[in-house]
Amino acid sequence: MKKVFESPKSLTKDPFTYCPGCHHGIAHRLVAEALDEFGVREKTIGVCPVGCSVFAYVFFNCDMICAAHGRAPAVATGIKRAKPDSIVFTYQGDGDLASIGTAEIVHTANRGENITVIFINNAIYGMTGGQMAPTTLVGQVTQTSPYGRDPKTMGYPIKVAEMLSTLKGVAYISRVALSKPAYILKAKKAIRKAFQTQIEGKGFSLVEVLSTCPTNWGLSPIEANKWLEENMIPYYPLGEFKTPEEVS
Amino acid sequence: MAKIIIDQERCKGCELCTSACPKHIIIMSEYFNAKGYHTAKQIKPEECTGCAFCALTCPDVAIEVYK
Repeated sequence: MKKVFESPKSLTKDPFTYCPGCHHGIAHRLVAEALDEFGVREKTIGVCPVGCSVFAYVFFNCDMICAAHGRAPAVATGIKRAKPDSIVFTYQGDGDLASIGTAEIVHTANRGENITVIFINNAIYGMTGGQMAPTTLVGQVTQTSPYGRDPKTMGYPIKVAEMLSTLKGVAYISRVALSKPAYILKAKKAIRKAFQTQIEGKGFSLVEVLSTCPTNWGLSPIEANKWLEENMIPYYPLGEFKTPEEVS
Repeated sequence: MAKIIIDQERCKGCELCTSACPKHIIIMSEYFNAKGYHTAKQIKPEECTGCAFCALTCPDVAIEVYK
């Protein structure tokens, strides 16, 4: 009997500190598996954000740096330019990337920096207790939108993947979900492609990962998966928005 | 013949594996682990096909699959 599935070597043995059912653990595993499969763990430098995944440096078994809130793409730019041979990725949530870090991500993408960004979109602020994020859906109830998000005063949810795919410097952008095994397999392919883009030196790559936050959504993990499929996927369609062939 | 091993101390009882298993042979146990979570356990191990859907969906990488 052969072992066909085990924890990747790019993850440490430390148990995750995330809530039960949180998709961060799946996203961590997919990134770690990609690093293992490309054999680049020894030369990889990750940048973790501020948010629930701030402790990613404990879980990833590669060099990690923790950036100030939202500044992970700027820090990653510096690392990649100082050490062009290393593989650099950032792992950011929606509060980090789409709110306080909007300037950094847009300009890093526009400069076409050869880094990979893993963007976790769960439509809410997780660590701070469930406040409204820029990606919160219209009508969604959060701590700071108790009557549901009203676009008249709070604007519309930002579609980060679509927005960044209009920039010329971007090489690869896709959006995936983690709510069922079929989507997880597709997510793994997308994350592999993003790292492949970087390894081949084609430019900026980003994977937006739709994930759940059962604790702050007030749902069980199974109900949260259902909510994601019924509410988030219609607004945030899955798929590839830009592939390296389009880069001129 | 396939089998899975669920790390009882890593499991947080989120129940995602119970819904992912196509054979419905993973259920929640009465056992509490050190953190106080009800953990997942496998019943009827002879029906396991080793598809690894449970391991794919496990957010805590607590499941190993042998085939």
